[in-house]
Amino acid sequence: MRIGVFICHCGRNIAGVVDIKALVDRVSTLENVVYATNEMYLCSDPGQRKIQEVIKEFKLDRVVVAACSPKMHGATFARAIEEAGLNPYLIEIANIREQCSWVHQDLRKIATEKAFKLIKAAVAKVALAKPLEPVYVPLTRKVLIIGGGVAGIQAALDIANGGFEVYLVEKSPTIGGHMAQLDETFPTLDCSACILTPRMVEAARHPNIHLYTYAEVKQVEGVVGSYKVTIEQKPRYVDPEKCTGCGDCAEVCPVIVPNEFDQGLGGRKAIYIPFPQAVPAVYTIDLEHCLNTEKLIVCEQCYKACGPKAINYLMGPKEIEIEVGAIVLATGYDLWPIENLREYGGGEYPDVINGLEFERLLCSSGPTGGVVRRPSDGKIPKRVVFIQCAGSRDPKHGCAYCSKICCMYTAKHALLYKHAVPDGEAYVFFIDVRAAGKRYEEFVQRVMGTDGIKYLRGKVSKVFQRNDKLVVWGVDTLSGVAVEIEADMVVLALPIVPSQGTKELAQMLKAPTDEYGFLSEIHPKLRPVESSMMGIYLAGAVQAPKDIPDSVSQASAAASKVLSLFSNKQLALDPIKAEVDLEKCVGCGECAKVCPFGAITMKKRLDKKKRKYAEVNKALCQGCGCCMAACRKEAIQVEGFTLPQLRAQIYAILDAKPTKVEIKKKEGGNEDKTAIVKPR
Amino acid sequence: MRLVLKKNDGLLKKIKAISGEDIYACYQCGMCSAGCPMGQEMDLLPNQVIRLLQIGAERQVLHCRTVWLCASCFTCTARCPKGVNLARLMEGVRLFLLRTQKEDHFSPQQMVKEPLPPIALIGALRKFTT
Ligand SMILES: Cc1cc2nc3c(=O)[nH]c(=O)nc-3n(C[C@H](O)[C@H](O)[C@H](O)COP(=O)(O)OP(=O)(O)OC[C@H]3O[C@@H](n4cnc5c(N)ncnc54)[C@H](O)[C@@H]3O)c2cc1C
Ligand code: SF4
Ligand code: SF4
Repeated sequence: MRIGVFICHCGRNIAGVVDIKALVDRVSTLENVVYATNEMYLCSDPGQRKIQEVIKEFKLDRVVVAACSPKMHGATFARAIEEAGLNPYLIEIANIREQCSWVHQDLRKIATEKAFKLIKAAVAKVALAKPLEPVYVPLTRKVLIIGGGVAGIQAALDIANGGFEVYLVEKSPTIGGHMAQLDETFPTLDCSACILTPRMVEAARHPNIHLYTYAEVKQVEGVVGSYKVTIEQKPRYVDPEKCTGCGDCAEVCPVIVPNEFDQGLGGRKAIYIPFPQAVPAVYTIDLEHCLNTEKLIVCEQCYKACGPKAINYLMGPKEIEIEVGAIVLATGYDLWPIENLREYGGGEYPDVINGLEFERLLCSSGPTGGVVRRPSDGKIPKRVVFIQCAGSRDPKHGCAYCSKICCMYTAKHALLYKHAVPDGEAYVFFIDVRAAGKRYEEFVQRVMGTDGIKYLRGKVSKVFQRNDKLVVWGVDTLSGVAVEIEADMVVLALPIVPSQGTKELAQMLKAPTDEYGFLSEIHPKLRPVESSMMGIYLAGAVQAPKDIPDSVSQASAAASKVLSLFSNKQLALDPIKAEVDLEKCVGCGECAKVCPFGAITMKKRLDKKKRKYAEVNKALCQGCGCCMAACRKEAIQVEGFTLPQLRAQIYAILDAKPTKVEIKKKEGGNEDKTAIVKPR
Repeated sequence: MRLVLKKNDGLLKKIKAISGEDIYACYQCGMCSAGCPMGQEMDLLPNQVIRLLQIGAERQVLHCRTVWLCASCFTCTARCPKGVNLARLMEGVRLFLLRTQKEDHFSPQQMVKEPLPPIALIGALRKFTT
């Protein structure tokens, strides 16, 4: 065996703490090591070339790289040795940066000793390494996109245009998401619906897109390449094939309830379409409010009014089963409940409203026809106070993060309010204005310079009612005065939080989230649209608060990731997977019980005794090693991390030799065990 | 007047030791000042007290009326989004002054002459005297 060891300085990151020269000297004396050297930056091009040259010159058959975390450059070095003709699994990384020099800055001697032990352990482990080949699994080249907001729509269109089939699942009766609710969009002030609805129609008509609205994902099984997904579609009680969207039914329906699309500021009937340009343009009966129940039909007004006889009170929920190879999560955001801000009268005063409500009041197709009227009495508010960071950047309320888009939409709100009510006054309370984006700062400057809009730097302490006014107690920290404003309406820029149900969905997909419930990306800078759960991609505000340009960019990025995954007919997976030794397996089934991915099934042998044995589905196995820990016979092992390898590593660190110790046989216990005995 | 800033965190350390509050947690939103019932009477707003401490202008703080006007009502503490207990910090500054100057902020004798509810008297004794 011929092992080469390469020790990286990482500039001063490692060399500043660890005595590299002494390390090289000691490492060269280790068993099986035929070559040891050091290099300034091994990850650089010359560094990698050096490894390749040494492999050839010294006929190395295994390599140890002592450098940073394998998460950082494990793949880089594996590729480098592969190019030099070695199997990419015949390498071991000793992490002497994150796990040594960085954490023992002031302990040079001990750090050098630890680095040596880590390298020694890596040498011992790699000596037992076997060449491995990628595992090929079938790939279903279809994608599921969950959430039909602007991000979901964009990702769907991009993938569909790339020639692959898309299943787009949207919870509400229409696609469009929050963007459909907006009036005009910053910083260009183009009409939101005008730019969005053509995209919605395009998505619905696209031959490669299967659209399921009023539907949710109920179950997902499997892993990247082949997911089995069950979609549940709620009954609309209206046949989408027959409905022409004429609206004759809604005319006659006697029930009026608040319209969610208008944030409850306007009404709709029990049979409704959320807004005129909704896609699909199909009416829906909201059974919760309809006079009929599943068992009893007392009203038939809409049924009678419907020309094409599209209404069917007996419709039931539908389950659709599909198979896909990848999933894009685009479930967007919700606003934090306004009731959480009691000090601002949230939930108590009707004229303290959230940003989306204000969008609906501004919108010409909104409940007030674009005339800004306050909810309590319908009067046109002449003085409006906008409060930014109302809950965001507020660790005490549990949202320590910046919601990112509120500075911009509040500036837009103040401006659009002045357009709608030219003699009105707008006051904006802010802590900082964050307007980093193309033309964003210019836009904010324009708003700040508008007559009748005043920016005050400070946070509001409380809002309370005095007669029919809302009194706002705030401060302008720039001038150092506490202020009081008697307002007619208060608009709160509430935190952007992950949409309801995202948590459960993430759990179902085993995709990790951050402490606020936003989906986590695998790397914040280099891989921002992929979940660490392979095969799951993120688009839009589901990952963090985002405006439309960012949501759309991320959606296109996620689409391109899916397209590159689909560019192969098969999926090549890392072979770090569990392998069963049939000689040792006694078929107890412990491994199958503990496997979190359901990758192990117990099968019957073909021999006379029909004993059982464990079989691993390589596509499902994630190489986590739970089975390996559970097996009492050491019959199941994860390739690349086998027990002999791990033991060799531990013995190397402890300077110990394995000794067999007889352990008395207990009932159902093991016959013998290996124990570690440290020589004194 | 231009204030010359220089390194001098001895005083800050003492105030921190007395109050236990981290003044650098404050991001100067001003919510404390916006709700302070005594704000109108103060020469420095509560957030300014903290700001001056943050930039190292402690002398300004030691000479202000604000810390003595502070009613210890804890409104600021209740509202502060960053969890700064500003009322305690005010108390810290007061205690620092009382301990170093070793003289009472007001004379209890004078106060007894005025018809005050006993609780106010005791409160004042605790807050303003060594
Ligand atoms: C008041 C306000 C004003 C704004 N103004 C602007 C502006 O002027 N310019 C700008 O660029 N941005 C603006 N934004 C931001 C903009 O709304 C977002 O950037 C954008 O909507 C994000 O799109 P999305 O698709 O990620 O999420 P969403 O729009 O939230 O869409 C998510 C979709 O997923 C669906 N969904 C959720 N859960 C599920 C589930 N479990 N199963 C199936 N479907 C599900 C939802 O029903 C929804 O249709 C504003 C935001 C607010 C709050
Ligand atoms: S409320 Fe808290 S964070 Fe805001 S200025 Fe006052 S002390 Fe600082
Ligand atoms: S505790 Fe003092 S500073 Fe804080 S609000 Fe009350 S009076 Fe003002």
